[in-house]
Amino acid sequence: MIAYLARRLVYMVVTLLAVSVVSFIIVQSAPGDFAEIYAARKAAAGAIISQAEIENVRLQLGLDQPWYLQYWRWFSNIVLHNDWGMSWEWKRPVGEVIWERMPLTLAIAFSTLFFMYVVSIPVGIYSAVRRYSIGDHAVSIIGYLGLATPNFLLALVLMYLSQKYFGQSVGGLYSPQYETAPWSWDKFVDLLAHLVVPVIVLGMAGTAFLIRAMRAAVLDELDKMYVLSAKASGLSPLKLLIRYPVRMALNPIASTLGWRLTYVISGAPIVGFVLALPDTGPLFLQSLLNQDMQLAGALIFIYCALTIIGTLVSDLLLVALDPRIRLE
Amino acid sequence: MTVLDTFGLLKRKKAVRRPDLATQWTLMWWKFRQHRLAMVGMGLLGLFVIFSAFPEPISPYAPFERDTKYVAGAPMMPHFFDQDGNFHLRPFVYGRKAGRDPVTLRMKSAIDTSQRWEIEFFVRGAPYRLFGLIPMDIHLFGTREGFIHLFGTDFTGLDLFSRTIHACRVSLSVALVGVVISFLLGAAIGGAAGYFGGRLDNIVMRVIEFIRSIPTLPLWLALAAALPRDWGPLPTYLAVTIILSLLGWTWLARTVRSKLLATRHEDFVLAARLSGCSDYRIIRRHLLPSFLSYLIVDTSIAFPEILLAETSLSFLGLGLREPVESWGVLLFAAQSIRSVDQAPWLMIPGIFVIVAVLAFNFVGDGLRDAADPYSR
Amino acid sequence: MASAQSVLDVTDLSIALGQDGARIPITEDVSFSIGRGEVLALVGESGSGKSITALALMQLLSRSLFIAKGRVLLRAADGFETDIAALGRDGKAIEAIRGARMGMIFQEPMSSFSPIHTIGAQIAEVVQIHERVSRQVARARAAELLAKVGIPDPKGALDRYPSEFSGGMRQRAMIARALICSPSLLIADEPTTALDVTIQGQILDLLRKLQRELGMAILFITHDLGIVAQMADRVAIMYAGRIVESGPVGEMFGHPAHPYTRALLAAVPRLGDLDHRRKIKPIAGSVPNIFDAPSGCRFHPRCPVADPARCASQLPPVHARGAHAVACIHGKTELPA
Repeated sequence: MIAYLARRLVYMVVTLLAVSVVSFIIVQSAPGDFAEIYAARKAAAGAIISQAEIENVRLQLGLDQPWYLQYWRWFSNIVLHNDWGMSWEWKRPVGEVIWERMPLTLAIAFSTLFFMYVVSIPVGIYSAVRRYSIGDHAVSIIGYLGLATPNFLLALVLMYLSQKYFGQSVGGLYSPQYETAPWSWDKFVDLLAHLVVPVIVLGMAGTAFLIRAMRAAVLDELDKMYVLSAKASGLSPLKLLIRYPVRMALNPIASTLGWRLTYVISGAPIVGFVLALPDTGPLFLQSLLNQDMQLAGALIFIYCALTIIGTLVSDLLLVALDPRIRLE
Repeated sequence: MTVLDTFGLLKRKKAVRRPDLATQWTLMWWKFRQHRLAMVGMGLLGLFVIFSAFPEPISPYAPFERDTKYVAGAPMMPHFFDQDGNFHLRPFVYGRKAGRDPVTLRMKSAIDTSQRWEIEFFVRGAPYRLFGLIPMDIHLFGTREGFIHLFGTDFTGLDLFSRTIHACRVSLSVALVGVVISFLLGAAIGGAAGYFGGRLDNIVMRVIEFIRSIPTLPLWLALAAALPRDWGPLPTYLAVTIILSLLGWTWLARTVRSKLLATRHEDFVLAARLSGCSDYRIIRRHLLPSFLSYLIVDTSIAFPEILLAETSLSFLGLGLREPVESWGVLLFAAQSIRSVDQAPWLMIPGIFVIVAVLAFNFVGDGLRDAADPYSR
Repeated sequence: MASAQSVLDVTDLSIALGQDGARIPITEDVSFSIGRGEVLALVGESGSGKSITALALMQLLSRSLFIAKGRVLLRAADGFETDIAALGRDGKAIEAIRGARMGMIFQEPMSSFSPIHTIGAQIAEVVQIHERVSRQVARARAAELLAKVGIPDPKGALDRYPSEFSGGMRQRAMIARALICSPSLLIADEPTTALDVTIQGQILDLLRKLQRELGMAILFITHDLGIVAQMADRVAIMYAGRIVESGPVGEMFGHPAHPYTRALLAAVPRLGDLDHRRKIKPIAGSVPNIFDAPSGCRFHPRCPVADPARCASQLPPVHARGAHAVACIHGKTELPA
């Protein structure tokens, strides 16, 4: 067991390193660098930049050095000094910019995960136990639709509908009146109301997928011998259901936690962008379009790190849940 | 054999079929036909193929034709009954009068029920070249006077219906090419890993796990953002497709690898090797057919994934761009809540995306059922 | 043979398969009794309906099967009496009976326990379902039972998982779980079929020992006549959903009255067959499937002494002499005096 854990940790560190290199390379591979974009923008604004000034900017930001040196500079700063560099776009430390918005991303990601599991497990169980009933078919249909709809489209539709019919100003986190107000219960409720749409949008496809997976897993178990055996002991149907087939079916579901987190983190930028949420999503898109390397690289790295950590957690969870793995 | 199996077999005896004589493909086709949703999916896909092959005749207008009389106009409903309750054999749309909204001072079109513009079929309209070769000008439907915009128009007067039909070809072809590339990559890499095993297998597995642990969308976004802005539409199209498939091949590779690992020690492989077959020949002609059905199923899952991914990228402005128009590019116009508020019909291409994905999912489900025709 | 002594009286039990409104009979008019402390063997080929009958006795039939008619009277030593067939599939009544007044062990020890719960948990839970005791008491009882069924280190075994036990050990644990609340009747559905012959012998010995100790009756389902001879006091033979002959083991094996029973006994290979170059005598034909059941006597297409006029058109009459009964037109003459 310890050996397994140690192996996973080492592997995780290696993966993180590899990811950091890859993310650095990707963003660097775009043609042109920040110095040129900077110059182009200044030129568009009417200022004249001389070649020497462009070179100066380049030197200042260390853009003239070979890529592996730049990478090393970047990486060692993060690891040794917790210095994520300066965002050229925002002219503030990257760390600051990200951590302003990161809590919201994390809050949305975890609420979505929570929502996904809390909804899909009972619904999946119900679908399995009442197979081919009206409820099961209804769930199936919603599931299919949920899987088929791109989440940004769902976001747009929900925003449009809630604007049209509920008059609620969506987009953003708070209604205008609470924007700068101090914390209060009303503000909290308002926040929750605004969080509902992102969480639903982000979690829809994942929930649909999980419901189908849970249904299939439970159905698989219902036919097994140990269920009949337990029934013959006089166990009541509900207790029997929960204690045996459901508990068994939870294992493969729990093991997908890592992938679900990946999916959620994947979708967050787009959803955040469409709904104009002040989280890292729009930030990420902007930084990509503007080649703000420090920011983009840092964000990709963080996204990947979150995913990798999430996968590790889900692996650990699976070990805790399934004694058969421990025994191997 | 349980009681229920017997019952099931008896039910099937009614159709005059010889399951013992059918080939694997025939069995699969029969099983597939039983899946009603899958047949619906096939029908829908067939419709989309028609749209992709003949977009010009089906659309009443060319995709770049601007109708200045009807800008940001709502969808126009065809009617059979007019407001007096009379039935007309030929469907029609009500005419539109241009006017200025007194409050916002914007140009608005109002419905004018006194005018009826009759819809004709096989009308002559804007000329085009079918398949880029044959000059024609017949359109499936249109109006002799006035205009017909079934899905409305955008802020520059372009007919959304025509553009949506034209975009079908682009969206589906990107998905198709992406899937084909993923398939080839996945089969080759997974095949090599599964067949040769050992260190190669280890390396490949590590790489696959690594790629799968990366959140795909941010990576796609980053790669797409890395594309130079000044590339022409065709190179951009190819590059976007390649990027999408680069990250999608892992699923297939895993399947191929695990199936190969399971079967490569079978006796028939040994027999083939003893008769002098090269490794490549063994993989291609002996091993691959045995799990081709699983490959087909996995491929059918990849389609909607890539379609959705391309739509998302283009929606954000990072994928395809004008003049190459996919449904995602059309949705780019619906990016802001303000546009959507004024012209919610701009989201209609999204419905096409949803339907296409549903159709692929249904067909995929049917294929999954059919792939194991011996199961209950 | 119903009597005040019997712990289970099954009368005309008929089980059917219901699909889309159609009703297809699977077993018909099955009747037998099990006396207190007696071992009754229910014998038949695969497809004869013996396992389904056993499941019906505890209302454990799957959703598509149901009890079409009949009575299953359970009489416990403390005077408790009930007709299980009338209880319905779910409900507190039948739940109170399962595991407490009747226990069941199954054919597959490999899959009869949940792999992710400990043996101790799965056995102790039976106690906690039926009696109001604390967890510690339940665990102690479970350890007691594990010792009784011959599992070494019973206390340690409580916290081990099924995968850590061999097949024979798991079967013993299953017996422990079925007996922990001291039921009056144990239903054993081919409990040794999946085990090696040596283990088989051990399990059978164990069952006999426990049966004597607890004064418990056993309904033993099997297709192995050797086990019947070893374990049973009485035996009932089933064919295609009906009981064709029943009676005390010694008399049945010595003087079988039904052509099917005779054929079964003749088909058992004996020591010395090889030396005397005797061939195994199989029974010609095969068990009919339920959708195509022969009319009249189910066995008549394969019967060497069938009378085409009568056997194909009517159900065979039941003749009985003492405890020995047979459903055959030749019954009167074939039954031993």
